[in-house]
Amino acid sequence: MPKKEEKLINKDGIRSDGRKSNELRPTKIIVGNLPNADGSAYIEQGKNKILAGVYGPHEVHPKHLALPDRSLLRCRYHMAPFSVDERKSPAPSRREHELSKIIRQALEPAIFLKYYPRTSIDLFIEVLQAHGGTRCAGITVASLALADAGIPMRDLTVACAAGKIDGQLVLDLNDIEDKKGEADVPLAYMPNLNAVTLLQMDGQLTLGEFEDAVRLSLEGCKKLYNIQKEALRAKYVSKMEDEE
Amino acid sequence: MPIFYEKRQLVTPGDLIAEGKYIAGENTFKDNEKLYATRVGLVEYKERQVSVVALKAFYIPKVGDTIIGKVAEITIGGWILDIKAPYPAVLRASDVIERSYRPQKDELSSIFDIGDLIIAKIVSYDRTRDPLLTVREPGLGKITHGQIIEVTPTKIPRIIGRKGSMISTIKRETGCQILLGLNGIVLISGKNLENEQLAVMAIRKVEDESHTSGLTDRITELLQKEKEGKIRNA
Repeated sequence: MPKKEEKLINKDGIRSDGRKSNELRPTKIIVGNLPNADGSAYIEQGKNKILAGVYGPHEVHPKHLALPDRSLLRCRYHMAPFSVDERKSPAPSRREHELSKIIRQALEPAIFLKYYPRTSIDLFIEVLQAHGGTRCAGITVASLALADAGIPMRDLTVACAAGKIDGQLVLDLNDIEDKKGEADVPLAYMPNLNAVTLLQMDGQLTLGEFEDAVRLSLEGCKKLYNIQKEALRAKYVSKMEDEE
Repeated sequence: MPIFYEKRQLVTPGDLIAEGKYIAGENTFKDNEKLYATRVGLVEYKERQVSVVALKAFYIPKVGDTIIGKVAEITIGGWILDIKAPYPAVLRASDVIERSYRPQKDELSSIFDIGDLIIAKIVSYDRTRDPLLTVREPGLGKITHGQIIEVTPTKIPRIIGRKGSMISTIKRETGCQILLGLNGIVLISGKNLENEQLAVMAIRKVEDESHTSGLTDRITELLQKEKEGKIRNA
């Protein structure tokens, strides 16, 4: 007897974790939580828990990697062994290598790398608990860590995914939706400059659905941007209010 | 020419500050007549120029700056200093030794050893070369006594105050010698530990409350109160 598939969206259009189709997961962001790093940030998005730390700009080691005309951005996306249901080997996997690269490419356009030739900016993204959409949350939190380090940027970068589950387009997929759903479209965006720095797709969508998914992710990015910006301001605003 | 942020308002990277014929000052950039912030900081207007006073930044070397560095490495021709900037600084042996420098005979570690703190001045620096230092001026050289504290380099002008009002207040009230390295390292040396700690406390307070007004008066008040308290306790 075939097992009855559990629905990802119920009759009322509510998803498995109680969200509506265009709703983000509850998000909490803290900026500057690691005093040892030059800049840092922490994000909790649903069950995702991700830390980001930045060092630099500083001298490049090994020296031969230094670029004569700009700073070298190095990025490491890493998942803790305890971040998923079954222990993940701490060695960087093929997937982590790829994500490190795409996160770097999503953040590079925002940074004024030309200001600091012959230096490197080292970015570390540590996923403590993964529950779908960690690349997007990683980009969002890394951008804040860079801003916290005092690295000049054109804009904050914010990322969010949209996807298709049970034949319907939804925003900000979680782990279950990502695995059982039909498609996933992660997108990174610089809101003030209106520029997309990352666009991927996994699964199958029609051309029209794809365009709608992009529009939906952009909408999500804009909502998330407000949370992101507020978190960055909160670090300083709270300080100012204390004194008044 | 609209302005979207008032003077001394907080901005984050990417915030549109103003539109129109403004000049992009520090920590801002211009794109199609639109001026955006590039760092977290407070907006400042000076005639047509719009700039952002960064709340957190790192030190960028500038020729003529007096800085405090730590010896990180000894090479054949001199020392490499960590000056809390993206680039390490070079101090040549020939700059320090009066007569001509002989690498076979002169032991550089007996002059400045690793970990020594040195007050120096930047003589040359550009994008292609690391900053070059000198200690051949009065007041420069190895630090022998006092306390070192680190502050954000962008706060140094605030610690100096308008025409040096803040720093002279702290010096007068605590009786300490204070040397501000423009790279954010501050040397404090006083007659005794209490005075030094008082000065450290005052500087920390200035750093924390740098964006508020009337700070010099409050610092004066604070230091006088602290001093009175000490006398009463003694």
